[in-house]
Amino acid sequence: MMNPILQVSNLTKSFGGLQVTKGVNLSVHTGERHLLIGPNGAGKTTLFNLISGDLASDSGSITLAGKNVTKLSTARRAQLDLARTYQILTLFGKDNLLSNVKLALLGKMPLRWKCWGSFLSEAALDQKALSVLDMVGLGSKAYLPLEQTSYGEKRRLEIAMALAQNPQILLLDEPLAGLSTEERETITQLLKQIDRKITILMIEHDMEVALAFADRITLLHYGEVITSGTRQEVVNDPRTKEIYLGQ
Amino acid sequence: MSFWLIQSLNSLALGGVLFTLAAGFSLIFGLMRIANLSHGAYFMLGAYVGLSVIEAGHSFFLAILAAAVAIGILGCIVERIILRRLAGNSLSQVLATLGVAFVIADCSLWFWGGDPRPVSAPSFLAGGVQIFGLTFPLYRIALVVFSIFVAIGLWALLDKTKLGVMIRASVDDRQMAQGVGVPATKLFSIVFCLGAALAGVGGIAAAPILSVYPGLDADMLPIALVVVILGGLGSLLGAFIGSFLIGFIYSFGQVLFPDLAYIILFLPMLIILAVRPRGLFGKISA
Amino acid sequence: MNRITSVIALALLLALPLLTGGTYYTNLASQILIAAIFAMSLNLLVGYAGLTSLGHAGYLGLAAYISSWLMVKLGWSHASSAAMAIVGTTVIAGIFGLIALRATGISFLMITLAFGQILWGLAYRWASVTGGDNGISGLTRPSPFGLDLGEANIFYYCTLFVFLLVLLAITILVRSPFGATIRGTKDQPRRMNALGFNVWLIRWITFTACGFFGSIGGIMYVYYHQFISPHSLSLANSAEMLLMVIAGGAGTLLGPVIGAALVMLLKNVASQYVDHWVTLLGLVFIFIVMFIPGGIVAGFDRIKSALTSAK
Repeated sequence: MMNPILQVSNLTKSFGGLQVTKGVNLSVHTGERHLLIGPNGAGKTTLFNLISGDLASDSGSITLAGKNVTKLSTARRAQLDLARTYQILTLFGKDNLLSNVKLALLGKMPLRWKCWGSFLSEAALDQKALSVLDMVGLGSKAYLPLEQTSYGEKRRLEIAMALAQNPQILLLDEPLAGLSTEERETITQLLKQIDRKITILMIEHDMEVALAFADRITLLHYGEVITSGTRQEVVNDPRTKEIYLGQ
Repeated sequence: MSFWLIQSLNSLALGGVLFTLAAGFSLIFGLMRIANLSHGAYFMLGAYVGLSVIEAGHSFFLAILAAAVAIGILGCIVERIILRRLAGNSLSQVLATLGVAFVIADCSLWFWGGDPRPVSAPSFLAGGVQIFGLTFPLYRIALVVFSIFVAIGLWALLDKTKLGVMIRASVDDRQMAQGVGVPATKLFSIVFCLGAALAGVGGIAAAPILSVYPGLDADMLPIALVVVILGGLGSLLGAFIGSFLIGFIYSFGQVLFPDLAYIILFLPMLIILAVRPRGLFGKISA
Repeated sequence: MNRITSVIALALLLALPLLTGGTYYTNLASQILIAAIFAMSLNLLVGYAGLTSLGHAGYLGLAAYISSWLMVKLGWSHASSAAMAIVGTTVIAGIFGLIALRATGISFLMITLAFGQILWGLAYRWASVTGGDNGISGLTRPSPFGLDLGEANIFYYCTLFVFLLVLLAITILVRSPFGATIRGTKDQPRRMNALGFNVWLIRWITFTACGFFGSIGGIMYVYYHQFISPHSLSLANSAEMLLMVIAGGAGTLLGPVIGAALVMLLKNVASQYVDHWVTLLGLVFIFIVMFIPGGIVAGFDRIKSALTSAK
C-alpha cells in the first residue's frame, strides 16, 4: 500500500482550557475522495486550519507527501502543493475573475517577484487563467468584476483558485454551503470531474451529495475521530447513527 | 537623597497627569476600537479653556469644571456627527480624529495666539510644604492626590455602577454584550465624552506644571500612546501603572540623560509591541 | 488618465516656468513636486499595501540630516553624500520594517509614530550632531553638469525630472506582477498566504521601498530649503503627508500628487487670504474621509461617470 499523501498523527489543539482537537489520526491516500463529517462544533474546520497551517497544533504531526510540515507556515505548505478553500469566501473583491485566478497562479511562480512589466498583460498567465476558469465553467465571465457575479459563481471561483495552485491535495471546506439546488448540481459535477491525481479532503453537510462523492469518510465529534473507513463502513457504523440521530 | 525624593514627586505628579490623559484614551480604544488621535488636542484645549476661565477672574475649581464640560460636549459632538457615521471602519475613524486634531490645534492657535501661556496654581496650593527638611511643591502633591481620586472615581464607575458593568462587558466581548442587549451606540457616546472630558481636565490640571502652548497636543499624544501600549489597551489598571511608570522614566530620564530621555520613553513601547502586544495588563491585543 | 491628458499635463509641467510670472510660483511648483514625492512613496505603503504609517517624515529627516552632516562635517560632495543618505535611509527603513511588521493595523500605526518620534527626538536632542533646535544651515545646492540650481527655473526642471523618474518607477512597480501581489496582501492577506505568497516579505520589501523613495524626497527637500531642522520631522509633518495621500486618493497613482498639490496650495496660497488654512485643511480632510473615502481622484471619477451616464 502506497504511503498516504496526507498523514495526520495524534494531532491535538487546545484553546485555553478547551481541547478542540483530541489526538486526531487521519490518513488520506493519493487520488482519494475523503469526506470529513460531524455535527456542528465537531472541530472539522479547526482540523482543516491545522492541516493548512492557519493554526499551529499543540502536539502531533502532519505529513504531506512524506514531508513533515507540522512546523511550516501556511505559505510554505501551499508551496508544497496543498490548496484549500474557505467556508467564508476570501476572494479579491475589487478585481475581475481573471485577475483573481491570475493571482492564484502566481503564488508558486517566480514571476511573482517581477517588479516590471504588466500584470494585466502577461499573455502566458492570462492563457492559463482562462483555461482554469473554463474548467469551472466561468470562462465566459473572465472579465466580469467580482461584484457582478452570483454567490454560486463566486464559490466556483474559489474552487478555481484552489485548482489554479496545481495542488496534490485539495482541502474543500463546505464547497456547497449556501447554494441553490441547481448550483449544487453544477459544483458537484465540477468536483467529480477533478482529475484523480489531485487528492480531495472535503468537509460537507449535504449528506446526499457528499456520500455519493466520497470514497472514504471520517466522522469527527467533539474533536475526536469516532470512526473512519469506507463509505459503507461509516454509514453502517452504529456510532454514526447515534451521533446523527441522537441530535 | 533629596534629589531622589523631589524627582519622585515630580514623577508621581507627571504620572498623575498622564493617567487622566491615558485613561480616556484607553477606555475609548477598549470600547470603540478607535485610536483617538485627537486626544492630545482635547488635553490642550482643556488647558486653554481653563486658562480663559482663570483669566476671567474665576477660581481654579471652576476652570476644571469648565474644561470638563466644554471638552466633554465637544467630544459628544465629534462622536455623534463624525465618528458614528463611520462606524465599522476603524481606519476612517482614526483618520477622522486626525483631522479633528488639526482643526482643534489650529483653532486654539487662532483663539489664544502662539505664545506659551503659563498658568498659576490656585493660591491655596501655591508654594511648598516642608517634609523632612525638604520643600515639596504643594501643587504637585495635590496633582498626585487628584489623580488618585480620579482613578478611584473611574474604578468605582467601572466596578460598581450598571454603566460600568456594561462598559467592561463590551470591552471584554463586544459581540456578546450587544447580544445581551447592551446599547452600544449610547455607550459609545458616553465613553467618548467621558474620555474627552478627562483629557480636558488633565490639561488644565497639568497647566501649572506644563503650561499651555501650541504644540502641546503633539507633545502629549505620543506619550499617551506609550502609556496605553505599555499598560495595555482597555485596561484602567494598565493605564494607571503605565502612567506612573512612564512618569518615573521620563522625569528621571530628563535629569539623568537629557539627550536620550525622549527616546527612552519609546523603547519600552517598542519592546512591548514586539514581545507582548497585549501590554502589561491589557485585554486586547493592540 | 489617458494618453492625451498625460501629454497635455506633461506639456503644462514643462512649460510652467514660462507660464507663471516670476519665481514665486515656480518655487511653489518645486515644493509641490517634492511633497508629491513624499506622498507617492507613502502611498506605496498606505494605498497599495494597506499599512497606514504616521512616521513618514522620519525618512525626510534621515536623508536630509545624513546628507547635510556628511557635507558640512566631513566635506563630502553632493553626489556622494546624497548617495550615502539614500542608502543609509533605505537600510534603516529595512531595519524599522523588521520591527514594525510584527504588528498590523493600529499597532503598526503606533510603531511608525514611535519611530518618527524617536527620530525627531534624536534630531532635537543630539545637538552635537544635528545642531539641535537650530538644525543645520548654510547648505548648498549641487551643480549637476554645471547647471546652476540656485536659479528657480533650473531647480524646478531638475525637481520635475526627479519627480517624473519616481512617478515612473512607482508606476512600473505598481503595474508589475509584484505590484499585483502587494495589492493582494492588502485585500486578502489570509488568502495570499494560502496561495503560497510570503506576505511578510512582500510587505517588508514595500516598506523598505517606501523608505527608499522617501529618502529621495528628503534629498530634494534639503536641496530646496538648504536647511534642515527637527521641525521637518515632526508628527505634524508625518500627519500632513498621510493627509495628502488620503485626500488625494490612496491606492491610485495620481491621488498622492493631487493631495500634495492641495495641501501645498492651501499652505502657500490660501494662507495669504485665509489665516487659518490648517482648519480648512482639517475640515476638508474630515469631509473627504466621511463622504469621499477614495479621495479626490475617486470624486473625479464619480463626477465623470455621472456626466457620461447623463449623456
